[in-house]
Amino acid sequence: MRRLITGAIVLLVASVAQAAEIHPPAQTTAGNPISIPSSGSGDATFYLIGPAGASKRQVQAGSDIAVDSDQLEHAGRYVAILCASDGCASSSFFVNAAAPNRLSLLVHPSRVPVGSGNGISTVAFVFDNFHNLVLQPEAVKFSVQPKGGNEVSAEREGKDGVAWVRLTSAKKEGPTKLGAAIGHANEIRVVQQVAADACNLRIKASRAKNNYLIETDPVRDCSGNPVPDGTVVSFTMTDSAGKTTVDVPIKRGVAKIEMPIKGRARVTVASGVVTGNELEVSGG
Amino acid sequence: MKRGLPIFIVAVTLVLIVMAWFQSGGAERREMRSASTPDQAVRLMLSQIQSRNYDAAYARLANRSDVDRNAFTREFAGSYNSLLTYASLESFDVWGLHSGDQEASVRAKLHYSTAVGPLDDIRDMKVEKAGDTWKVFWPVSTGPKLPPQVIPVNYLRWDVIQRGASDDWGVQNVDSPQVRIISMNAIQRPDSVVLVGEVVNEDSVPAYVNVGATLLDSRESEIAQESSFDKIAHTLLPKQVTPYRIDFPNMRLEKIKKVRMDVKALLVAASADPVIEVSQQKVETDPLGKKILSGQLLNQSGEIVNIPHVIAAYYDSNGKVIWVSDGYVAQALLPEVPVPFAVDVPPDIAKNVQTYRVVVNHYETNSQT
Repeated sequence: MRRLITGAIVLLVASVAQAAEIHPPAQTTAGNPISIPSSGSGDATFYLIGPAGASKRQVQAGSDIAVDSDQLEHAGRYVAILCASDGCASSSFFVNAAAPNRLSLLVHPSRVPVGSGNGISTVAFVFDNFHNLVLQPEAVKFSVQPKGGNEVSAEREGKDGVAWVRLTSAKKEGPTKLGAAIGHANEIRVVQQVAADACNLRIKASRAKNNYLIETDPVRDCSGNPVPDGTVVSFTMTDSAGKTTVDVPIKRGVAKIEMPIKGRARVTVASGVVTGNELEVSGG
Repeated sequence: MKRGLPIFIVAVTLVLIVMAWFQSGGAERREMRSASTPDQAVRLMLSQIQSRNYDAAYARLANRSDVDRNAFTREFAGSYNSLLTYASLESFDVWGLHSGDQEASVRAKLHYSTAVGPLDDIRDMKVEKAGDTWKVFWPVSTGPKLPPQVIPVNYLRWDVIQRGASDDWGVQNVDSPQVRIISMNAIQRPDSVVLVGEVVNEDSVPAYVNVGATLLDSRESEIAQESSFDKIAHTLLPKQVTPYRIDFPNMRLEKIKKVRMDVKALLVAASADPVIEVSQQKVETDPLGKKILSGQLLNQSGEIVNIPHVIAAYYDSNGKVIWVSDGYVAQALLPEVPVPFAVDVPPDIAKNVQTYRVVVNHYETNSQT
């Protein structure tokens, strides 16, 4: 707060006073030192007010004022003020982002069903070494590397520091690497392409010791990918004793359950909102 | 005056002791010590169970030689960290069903107070006359015992590593699971509005799910907000479907213009174990004349399920969810040991029920007794 008040007072004084002058460059690049020529004579106070901080030091009016690189790391508008015994002078200049050298890559979602049109969103934010968003158009190289496949890449030009691409997930399940590169930055994310809903869910029954063994055929989606183990398959059996339901996770590609069946029974199967075939079986 | 105060204190103390004795049922126990009627025999036994004096209750049995004392105690005190181990017998109602000179049947409705709310248990007991007194003939437990064994379990387990606090901004996190409300139905009950429906986990990872609802009036302002609380199976494995129910007490359907549903899903570590079979499901009428959905739970895994929780969805002929009821089961589910369950169905709903579906929530503790 004190800094703000001091800065405001100094700016006010500088605007009304006719005094020593300073001539900073109109633009510079983040992280580069500059030298600001000044006029006048005697001891003076130099203020530098930037987007992320302000500094104050004693200088000699009439000499070049050196501003270190670490004072110019944040892109934005800076105000340089020189106050000597005969008044204050101010001048503003801009610090632009340096060359792109960092990326923040946001990939969503981290899991996607196979064959989802434009299902993967890949957004890259382009930064320089000092975390300044690089607003100038820069080409970002996006790449996709499926497991066991060849890398495919394409360039997209960033707009206001952001470049993006939307992708359709592959037909084959498995992890795929999505990358974005610019300058020395190369970020990679992994998206799991998972099997979609079960397709053509089928069960069969066979005699076990005292029960019936009901099991599914290998559970696959419509692209032929195996539905992941752990996915719940619901078996429902209705016989003279009532109704029996069991939620069984798929294990090694199939879900199976042993059921005691008395008389004629009807067995149905479902996984999520997908239903499968019905079986009529006769027990002892 | 010096003696007056001590005498007064002693008198008040005696009065308080007598009041406490009456309050704790001491008078009733004394009155029934002889158990001159079948009802009294059951009441005496249950009042001793209520005061956790299981030895005294056991001593009231007619067939002590056939009944194991520990098994009898476990019937009321619970075992394997079941719900009864977190419960106390709050009260009971007893009435006779049939009475003869030497034998009688008595029905008792036990009201337990448990960690998850009230729990009722109905028991029909045979009572026999032994000399001048009546004694309860306790049914000998013929339930299968759990033999020592090794049950190999190789179901999946999902563990989750989230993005760390030290990771840079933009580092990818694991997404929350995709879940979807597949049905919702608002029902007016005499004293409340109830929202029932189903939720599916569409993702390939487990989800911890909770459903909330906000009721809006004609001016779009909120009039009530509730969540499904325990009337939902919170942990859903991939593609698993759970019913949910949200109660809005003292609410009328006419007041509601809109319902805003909100389903929240968190990615959680979970196991595909245990698998619980729900068999012999039937809608029937219980001995008290109430409509119930009864059945049997069978734990097909090696892990003991300490507190099973049954949630049932009822559908009409159009496949619409018309009611969801739930109930906790007092016994723990031991591997391969069937345990009966029953949940209430309101009579006006029961007549429209075409089919139903039961899911079982399970709560496990690490220490097993």
